[in-house]
Amino acid sequence: MSKQEWPLYEVFVRSKAGLSHRHAGSVHAPDDQMALDHARDTYTRRSEGVSLWVVRSDSIVASDPAETSAFFEPAKDKIYRHPTFYEIPDGVKNL
Amino acid sequence: MYTQGLDQAGTDEQIAVETDELLSAFQERIDAEEKIEPKDWMPEAYRRTLIRQISQHAHSEIIGMQPEGNWLTRAPSLKRKVILLAKVQDEAGHGLYLYSAAETLGVSRAQMVADLLSGKAKYSSIFNYPTLTWADIGAIGWLVDGAAIMNQIPLCRCSYGPYARAMVRVCKEESFHQRQGFDIMHTLCRGSDEQKAMAQGALNRWWWPSLMMFGPNDSESKHSAQSMAWKIKRFSNDELRQKFVDATVQQADFLGLRVPDDELRFDEDSGHYRFGEIDWQELFDVIAGNGPCNKQRLEKRRQAHSNGAWVREAAQAYASKQASRAAA
Amino acid sequence: MSANQALIAYTLRLADNALILAQRMVELVAAEPELEEELANANFALDFIGQARMFYTYAGELEGQGRSEDDFAFMRDEREFGNLLLLEQPNGHFGDALVRQILFEAFYLHLLEALTRCSDQRLCEIAARAIKEVKYHFRHSSHWLVRLGDGTELSHNRAQTSLDDAWRYTGEMFIADEIDTAMQENFDGPDLASIHELWRRDIATVVVEATLQLPDDQWMASGGKQGRHSEHLGFLLAEMQYLQRSFPGATW
Repeated sequence: MSKQEWPLYEVFVRSKAGLSHRHAGSVHAPDDQMALDHARDTYTRRSEGVSLWVVRSDSIVASDPAETSAFFEPAKDKIYRHPTFYEIPDGVKNL
Repeated sequence: MYTQGLDQAGTDEQIAVETDELLSAFQERIDAEEKIEPKDWMPEAYRRTLIRQISQHAHSEIIGMQPEGNWLTRAPSLKRKVILLAKVQDEAGHGLYLYSAAETLGVSRAQMVADLLSGKAKYSSIFNYPTLTWADIGAIGWLVDGAAIMNQIPLCRCSYGPYARAMVRVCKEESFHQRQGFDIMHTLCRGSDEQKAMAQGALNRWWWPSLMMFGPNDSESKHSAQSMAWKIKRFSNDELRQKFVDATVQQADFLGLRVPDDELRFDEDSGHYRFGEIDWQELFDVIAGNGPCNKQRLEKRRQAHSNGAWVREAAQAYASKQASRAAA
Repeated sequence: MSANQALIAYTLRLADNALILAQRMVELVAAEPELEEELANANFALDFIGQARMFYTYAGELEGQGRSEDDFAFMRDEREFGNLLLLEQPNGHFGDALVRQILFEAFYLHLLEALTRCSDQRLCEIAARAIKEVKYHFRHSSHWLVRLGDGTELSHNRAQTSLDDAWRYTGEMFIADEIDTAMQENFDGPDLASIHELWRRDIATVVVEATLQLPDDQWMASGGKQGRHSEHLGFLLAEMQYLQRSFPGATW
């Protein structure tokens, strides 16, 4: 860690049971435990959360935006992965 | 606005590989109201302008804690104390969200802080004025936050994703800030003669600096055009300033206060208030570092930062030790 | 003194502790070592002021003379404030403020816990709300004491000095006077002797983890609870109360 500053952490908040965690922003903290404290004070002080995740920013692996079309688009062509592609025969329930 | 410094010249260096193709593809995305996200391709000037704009905005929030914080220990009731403290805390939070957004563009918080402390980075001129009475706290909430909101709401639709999202968060929290300021003024204006005079005095001192917050006239703002094209800036300085005057003069009338402008009058034809000429020399002096509180504001920041060095280092040392212990 | 008078005086002490500590914390706004700490400091100060307001309001109702939370906060003199001496000491550096905080909070946490079991309904309710907040404060303060104590040599020495200097103010928290006794007898109030044990245990745990030394017991300062304060309180109140004193009867 450089002498200059505390590492950067990304913060994810689950605001209500049943929802997913959403990215809320980032905080600087010297370590994981303090990162949780700082995230709580910054992003949930109006009680906006039931669960917090903090991750060091440099631990996040991201897709490359330049590769977006190769990475994501093929799935758009393969419509047979979507349930609506198939017609359900009459009389069959619960599908 | 909190980003007046943008109207001054920035550097025009460009990195070689910005072909017309890339630039126009980028502009098409902007025109289609698509959001630009952190690792997307962007012109270097876009990235630099945003870094400057967002960091100036963040610095303004942080420095802004001082003039208001000045009355925390002397707030005249427990309720006012709590409200003011919550507001100042929000400002720290806003600074944090904004530094966070700026960091997605490849600048570190440490670098931004260093630029602020060295005097290289700008922050809004308004925070270089002193808060001399409790009424000043009301005036700041009413006028300064009022002006800030006018700028911030359109920024919620700015083209850069992290900045727009930070602004949405800020705006949600901001709504009570202006109201609390106006409420203070309203209470004073219905109080004793001394309180009413206090309120008028504050308006007299904060009115013109608030108008200056919107920056120079459009005709003097050479760099606005590109920012508008890139949807980093959504309305012109003069447009926002006019909007502010139109809304606020009516509020002053309601309070029974006199706006300190002999030339202020309502123009029936346009439906807007016409107002007097701003003392641009004062604005330039303050931006250049020669306002009533520039030195004091920065000095306090520098001291806090240097006094805190041993604390930050202690935390880092502990983290290193823990890492070694875990590895062992 | 009657049971009701004791209850009022006791409640006012709780309020005064919270307010005086909050006032000191508020002085630190814009002076914290990092932006994230600004948020924490403001959060905690807000919690304390909130608690003070609840306690003052209750005291006013019990007294039945129409005194409001602001009357108690702004219109009483030093000799009427019953806060602990520990809390009115000037801020010093980050370590001093932190040590003051943690020494008080370890006590306050157990005090609140005991109050949730007392027979005064309202104090139970206020205490139940405050406990959640103070638990988090104590956790955060502990994290910091450990990082200062087990950080650099400089931070270790500073933290040790802060602890040594503050220690003489800790005794006062556990000396029961007739108001504490009246609370125990009439309202099943907290037993300071057992709280003292719990406090020692909790503080010792954090201090050891922080690689610091628990100071030896020594002469303990007291008098704050009875209104005999240090010279510091006068200045603190002069600043805090100035507007209300200058404009008597005004609405803000």
